[in-house]
Parts: sequence; C-alpha cells; structure tokens
Amino acid sequence: MIQQPGTSGLIFNEPLLWDKSRNGRCAISLPKSDVERDLLDENLTGDSPDLPQLSELDVVRHYTRLSQWNFGVDSGMYPLGSCTMKYNPKTNEVQASRQGFASAHPLSGDEFSQGALKLMYNLEQSLCQITGFPAVTLQPAAGAHGELTGMLIIHAYFAKKGKQRSKIIIPDTAHGTNPASAALCGYIPVNVKSGPMGILEPETIAAIMDEDTAGIMITNPNTLGLFEANIKKIAEIVHSKGGLVYGDGANMNAIMGIVKPGEIGVDVLHLNLHKTFSTPHGGGGPGSGPVAVNKVLEPFLPIPRIVKELDTYKFITDCPDTIGKIHTFYGHFGIMVRAYAYILSMGAKGLTDASKLAVLNANYIKESLKGTLNLPYDRPCMHECVFNDEFQAKNHITTVDMAKRLLDYGFHPPTIYFPLVVHGAFMVEPTETESKEDIDQFIDAVKAIAGEAEEDPEKLKKAPLLTKVTRLDEVAAARKPCLRG
Amino acid sequence: MKEINELNFSDDVKYSKSHEWAKISRDIVIVGLSDYAQDQLGEVVFVELPQNGDTLFKGDELGNVESVKAVSEIYIPVSGEILEINEGLEDAPELVNESCYENGWLVKVKPDDISELDDLMNKAEYLKMLKG
Repeated sequence: MIQQPGTSGLIFNEPLLWDKSRNGRCAISLPKSDVERDLLDENLTGDSPDLPQLSELDVVRHYTRLSQWNFGVDSGMYPLGSCTMKYNPKTNEVQASRQGFASAHPLSGDEFSQGALKLMYNLEQSLCQITGFPAVTLQPAAGAHGELTGMLIIHAYFAKKGKQRSKIIIPDTAHGTNPASAALCGYIPVNVKSGPMGILEPETIAAIMDEDTAGIMITNPNTLGLFEANIKKIAEIVHSKGGLVYGDGANMNAIMGIVKPGEIGVDVLHLNLHKTFSTPHGGGGPGSGPVAVNKVLEPFLPIPRIVKELDTYKFITDCPDTIGKIHTFYGHFGIMVRAYAYILSMGAKGLTDASKLAVLNANYIKESLKGTLNLPYDRPCMHECVFNDEFQAKNHITTVDMAKRLLDYGFHPPTIYFPLVVHGAFMVEPTETESKEDIDQFIDAVKAIAGEAEEDPEKLKKAPLLTKVTRLDEVAAARKPCLRG
Repeated sequence: MKEINELNFSDDVKYSKSHEWAKISRDIVIVGLSDYAQDQLGEVVFVELPQNGDTLFKGDELGNVESVKAVSEIYIPVSGEILEINEGLEDAPELVNESCYENGWLVKVKPDDISELDDLMNKAEYLKMLKG
C-alpha cells in the first residue's frame, strides 16, 4: 500500500487584516522628521484610505496561514488537464529578481534598456525556432489574449485583401475560449464535430470550408489529448479556399522539439509561456501568450516590434499594416525573463525530453487507470488523457465526487466536465515534472477512490473531508451569489 | 445521476432527440426539458431564454441552461413565435430540476405548423432511444 500525501493536520483560522488592525500598530519605524510640519490645503485632502494597522509579525502570520489553506504545485501534484501545471524552477524567480530586470522602467528608452530588449529579442528568436515561424510578438498578456491577437491578425489580413470573410470553423475539441476570440473579431464560429477517433476528419472540413470562411481554429494536440494527425490535409483544404489556419498552441508541451507547427500548415499560433515555459500560472500569474506568424502575416503583428541593428536593439513602430498595440508597453516582461531562463536552462534537448516525458507520463496514467475509470477514446494520447465516470454511475458517483475526494488524498483535482465531447470528463495532465513515484501515488489514490465509490459512496458525496473548508454548496453560490462582503 | 427507470416521463408530452418536450395546449405549444435532460445537467443555476415576440424556426437555439457543470444549448422543437417565457425561472432556476413538466416549463409558442410536432417521439419511443 502506497502512503498517500494527504493527511489531516493543524490548520490555523485567520481573520481579515482589518479585523486584526489596532490603532497605532505599525510594521516600520520612520525616522524622526527633521523638517517643520506643513499641512496641505484642506481642499486638496480628504479622508485617509482605510488601511489596516499591523505589526510585521501580524502580516507574516496572516499570509503564511492563508498559504496553508491553499494547494499549489509546490505542495503537490496538480494534474489539471489542458493547464500544464508543471513545476516552475526557482532559478526562473532568481533571474527575474535581478536588479537590472526587476528595476527596469519601460519609459527609460531603448538606449537604457539594451539588456531587457536583448532578452526579449532572444526570447522571440527562441520561440521562432521552437515553433518554426519567422516572427513572434511577446505582447499578449495570456492565452486568450494571444488568441484574440491572432484572430485580429487574420481579420486584418482579409481586410487588407479587400474582402472580409464572415465565418470561422471551430472543432468541438478546441479550447473553450476560441469561439469567443473569433466572435470578438466579428466572425461567426461554426462548430464542427471530431470523428469517431477523437480527431478531425478532412472530409468534415472539406464539406464546410468555403470562400466566406476565414479559416479554422485548431487546438493541436486537441483537448482530448490526441494529436490532430490530419492537420496537413486540413490545412491544404483551408488554404485551397483562401483561408488561414489558426493554431491554439496551449498544448505545445506535448510536441516541443518534435513538431514545428509552422511546418505543418499552421499560419498563426499562440503559446502560453505560463503553461509550456514554466512561468507562474493561475493565481500566481500574470500570464503571457506570445503569437507566432508566418511571413505573409508578419506585417500585421502588433507594435512596437523589436529589431536588432548591428549589436543594438530598438523598438520600431513604423509598420503600416499593424493591428496596433494590444498591451501597454511590451507585455509582461517579468514573465518573459522567467520563460527565457527556462528555455536556456533546458536547452533544445531538454525541451524535447520534457515533451517526451509529458507524453510518457500521460500514457502511463491512461494505461494504469483504464480499468478503473472508463476511457472513451482508448488510443495513444499525448500530454493528457480523458476518462469519465461511466463505471461509477451505478453507484450514483459522479466525476465531481471523485475529483473532490482526490483533495483528501493530497492531490489537486484534474480538470472536470471538459472537454464537453466527453460526458462527465475527468481530464488528467500530469506534466513531465512529476516523478514515477508521485504518479504511482496518484494512480493508487484514484484506484482507492474508485473502491470507495463501490463500498462507501456516501463518503465521496461529502468529500473533501480533510480540507479546511469541506464540500461547498456550489449550487447556492451560483444561484444566489453574494458578490460583496 | 439516476437510472432511466428512476426518472419520470410524462405521458401527455412529446419528446425531441435533444431532450426537450413539447405539449399542445389548445392552439399553443408549451416547451420544456425532459426529466432525463435535467438529471443529466445537474442542478440548474441559470436559464437564458429569448424575448417575447421572437420568431424561431424548428431546431434553432432557444436559449441555454447553465448548471454547475456546464452550459448547454436548448433547441426549439417547433417553428413559431414566442408568446411567453417562464419568468419564474429567473429567480428560481431550480424549477427546471424540481418540476420539469409543470412549473419548470421554458416557453409558450404560437406554432406556425402544428404538424411539425409529428416528428417528435412519444414516451415509449423516447424511452427506447434513451435505453439505446
């Protein structure tokens, strides 16, 4: 029997900072003022902001205690499918906190920002190499923002050609934000179904692609964790009608160093630095969603762009076809530093190995659990695998019950009820950074939970039982939301 | 979720493949979701419906229902004009779960062609489809 990481322990209650506040309490000692007090005109002042008054220890305990209520990748395995919750090496943080980067100011001008510009330029070059595209922008602030940028580029391309198109094809296995990004650009998303193997069939696209369709938004590998093996044929069909292929690269962690999207028919692709390139993710953000394009779409990239002339770097804005600015300054620079640190630490071989291990780990879980949980698409997967709750239905246990129970065993739950093509989906993405021992613990935990579903289903209905807050009434929260404290 | 034999299927409505029901009441058609649909969705937290007076064609998206699990589209089983929407669902979306054939109805429609309902299934046919 494998010892599971989850156990009960002492957790501290902690009030709001305002409840702990006591008049006059302070965490710093200001030196005595050596100038005379001179009050501002009353018209210029108002009530002081309501800030809590606390000692240093009050503040340290407050955040330490809150952090104990939390679950992060630093505390346990976080197999949240399609989110690539890999470990973020601490060297990334060290590099991002270096004085020259941390204190750089975006208004200090190109000549005083050469180090920062060089890093961004080199990161762009690295991403070009990884994706097989000639140009990249680092500006978008996250994945969906990258999608929007990509779609604005496609929109600008058709506008420049003088004939805008009205529709965009989006498969049922694409990421959920794709239709929204397309709709924001004025395109009508046209949903298409994947075939019985869980991937798109070229005939489906051929039947629907026409000269009023701007193209297709394709997530590859898709949200079933399957590689869209017909991508080249699909791209040919879309291109033959003058359309473009948008690649959602959120699942790039499965194919780094193995497949270059720029070489298999994709015209524009976004990446998630906070997924694939190990920068903080979720509550630890902000994110970063660079967009890579082919030669034809390069003129439409957002400005400013970075160029290298001899050994100096500068921003340029003289790009008449650009879609304009999509973020203040040049995006989330601190995240770029972390991603570049990761790329340099790993090297080309390291990144390729990361993808291979991510795929191996997911397949290991898929094979180990397929008798325990139902596996709707039983074929080799990429970086994630999708089960569902069909075997547990006879005991009235659903995906959400098993996901909640995993918390008691010390694991973050997987992604549930997504993708929509699998009813009651339970989507596991272990990433490459989990060891075999940790993955075996996870497999063992899921098997134990499936056993509990048979023997003590009521227990699962109440799970989690060991967390500070147990099963929440999500229905009441959604029906009668309390939006103010 | 329940087994099919634990669900309740009203005899006086007709069922669509996408799990809506339709009931003729004098010259109007009342539309709702079947017990199977509400059970699959789980607890409904929000229902979005069209406006009174909207004209829809059979198979058009009628709106969507949101549960804690997902948002699902609902389709209108008959062409016609929306005469009334169930405004009670705004404050009490749980009616779809608690009373899917009575208080949890969705819309009342003035049908263009009542014979469109002939394509729908009766209880026995619908049960047969569910059991596969």
